[in-house]
Amino acid sequence: MADKILDTFIAEENLPYAFCPGCSHGKILEALSDSLKQQGLDPSEVVIVTDIGCVGLSDKYFVTHAFHGLHGRAITYASGIKMQNPDLKVIVLIGDGGCGIGGHHLLNAARLNTDINVLVFNNFNFGMTGGQHSVTTPLDSITATTTLGSTDAPMDIAGTAQVNGGGFIARATAFDKDLPELIQKAMNHDGFSLIDTWELCTAYFVPRNDFGRKEMMEYMDSMQMASGVLQETDRPSFQTSYKNIQKQASEQSPMSGLVLDTKFSSNLEKPIRIILAGAAGQKVVSAGNLLASAATLSGLWTSRRADFPITIQTGFSVAEIVISPEPVDYSGIVKPDIVVIIAQEGKAKISRLTNAMESTGTIYHSEDLGDIDSEANIIPLVFPYEGKRDMKKNISAFTVAFLTKELNIFPFEALKEATRQIQKPKIAEINMGVFAYFE
Amino acid sequence: MNNQRREMVDGASAIARGALDAGCNYFAGYPITPASGILSHMLRELPKVGGIGFQGEDEISSLGHCIGAAMAGATVFTATSGPGLSLYSENLGLAIMMEVPIVIAISQRLGPSTGAATASAQGDIQFMRWGTTGGYPMIVLSPTNISESYHLTKRAFKLAKRFRTPVFLASDKDTVMTTESVPVDDMKHAPDWPEIPNGVIKKPLDPYRVDGPIHHYTGSSHNDDGHITKDPDIIATLNERLRMKIESNLDELSLVKSDLEAGADTLMVSYGVSARSMDAAVNKIRNAGNKVSSMTIYSLWPIPEKTIQDCLKGIKRVIVPEMNHGQYLREIERLVNRDIELIGVNRVDTILITPEEIIGAYHGR
Repeated sequence: MADKILDTFIAEENLPYAFCPGCSHGKILEALSDSLKQQGLDPSEVVIVTDIGCVGLSDKYFVTHAFHGLHGRAITYASGIKMQNPDLKVIVLIGDGGCGIGGHHLLNAARLNTDINVLVFNNFNFGMTGGQHSVTTPLDSITATTTLGSTDAPMDIAGTAQVNGGGFIARATAFDKDLPELIQKAMNHDGFSLIDTWELCTAYFVPRNDFGRKEMMEYMDSMQMASGVLQETDRPSFQTSYKNIQKQASEQSPMSGLVLDTKFSSNLEKPIRIILAGAAGQKVVSAGNLLASAATLSGLWTSRRADFPITIQTGFSVAEIVISPEPVDYSGIVKPDIVVIIAQEGKAKISRLTNAMESTGTIYHSEDLGDIDSEANIIPLVFPYEGKRDMKKNISAFTVAFLTKELNIFPFEALKEATRQIQKPKIAEINMGVFAYFE
Repeated sequence: MNNQRREMVDGASAIARGALDAGCNYFAGYPITPASGILSHMLRELPKVGGIGFQGEDEISSLGHCIGAAMAGATVFTATSGPGLSLYSENLGLAIMMEVPIVIAISQRLGPSTGAATASAQGDIQFMRWGTTGGYPMIVLSPTNISESYHLTKRAFKLAKRFRTPVFLASDKDTVMTTESVPVDDMKHAPDWPEIPNGVIKKPLDPYRVDGPIHHYTGSSHNDDGHITKDPDIIATLNERLRMKIESNLDELSLVKSDLEAGADTLMVSYGVSARSMDAAVNKIRNAGNKVSSMTIYSLWPIPEKTIQDCLKGIKRVIVPEMNHGQYLREIERLVNRDIELIGVNRVDTILITPEEIIGAYHGR
């Protein structure tokens, strides 16, 4: 509340308004000023965010804070301001044009119930650019871009905000005597508010369509678009809901890195590039993590990339791991040293890489995958017979255990330690069961 | 073998941790591979520390929310990829004109739509520079690995605040989505980079606040009161100041790693993930007994012209590996004499440039 109540919130030194003779914009601005005065606010408590168009000229007429940004985006700036500083009263002044180009923001702010106040200056066409048709242009109306009459169904701005859950929605006209009180009601509502204020564009829409105050009221009736408060809900505002999220989140610990101390050693002399290729659901990425972590626990340097389709539980899954005695510079793999294929999907996905391999490389594969076209040594995966029962379900764990034994880059203990450190206890227990078959 | 303490970190986590440690308390963004990891981290972490993490209905809204929050005093951050940058374009111009500090992480990928679009590339180097109307200079930093991603993110926040302008952190799918073993010390301590001076060029952003001075902020050309003007003299002064606040501070903004070898007549210049292939190539070339110099550019924009020219002494040939059709090569071309041979090593097929390709270029293959 202000220490001293202002007589007006209009910056009188900037008058007269730059609006055309007879334009209703000034009337709405006066109503807003009166409302701010009635509320006894201090100018520093209020931010007026103006959209583009004739209404966008309004910021200079107010003694409050003001923000003037891009066409159609006023609601996004207002919402950002309010989120950061809920003590501010944030009012959007926007035209029917802005509600068209920024319709997405309008309906989403209503959905979120962001505690901002939207005052729509709805004069049925684009005034600033010469009277083109807008989203609210009535059917059959003449505009600069509908010279034979508009064929489009007009958008109901208030109705749109209403069906999307906006907390306080009203329709009014610039001529309503009680507009200041309506604005006050809207501003006092904790949540999104919108007043769809109908008015006259005397430069273009009025002369082209013989559309005066009387015709506007008749149009309102004919469209069955009643004026007054259309919706008032007590749904919590975004601001209230998010405070609750913050409270819950404050009990969680902040993110941190997974530190792996060197506990084992390795005799690896040069980088080795490994690819695990399987199908979704086989835990291929998780297997790649285990290998990289075990290598890191053994003092080696690693990089691990994952490749999988955008859909989950279907298609290929590929992990690329580089393990090196020196920090990894180039982390790509065009010619792998080791490839393990455990599913058809993976085989198809990496065929380009297996084709490129030479006799220095080795490909391990599960049964029944057919011929593999490569110069590399091709060796079937052989897992301990005792584990046969668990094999299909835990094939990735079998694969990393097999690779650890076969490649001998780091001790088997490192793999077990990695499992204990990075995997959830339940998964770790299953994997340790698999590893036991290899000891 | 080494006994350094190391942690497993991916680029997205490193960038998020950098932002949080830089004091970021507001993030708004929209999901897009490969930048979504940053979005998830920020939306999960910010409410824990009393900040706000918001997923906008689109990229336009997200950057709009950031701009609004910044004007109300937040330290703001967003992350996207090339297609999102397209939608950021108009608000980017607004942020420059309003002098809003914002850090924007761009995780580069290849082209529009989906498919190859979610694979590795460095396709947005010129787009970041010229990505909005008006041609104003941009500040763009580019890390080559995970610890640099962390430290350059923090640096980007300092620069955004000091210069009151959007600052890009330009990484790529490979840096953001790859997990590596990174020394804990490398995450803790920044490389030996010059400190950014304290203070704000011109004056700090004074946010809207109750009982604070009244502010009119606008994206239109404006006078000192923040009111729209069409006065040619005021407009000229404003535009010149926006240009010069960055261009007259090139020394402060330049950040490179030079690895010059006496007697080398070939200089390699690269950045981001391609600089790692370059480093691997340089090592192999030297191990084979040949001479070569290299430069990794961290401050892609404004171009560290003087530093590059200093490194060109005695150079007869410049090789520029990058995952695009030569977007930075054309900048180097402006800086070199005509008798210097320029060679681009380029890939736009989602596959990282190999050290062997760069070595091939070195040997004229």
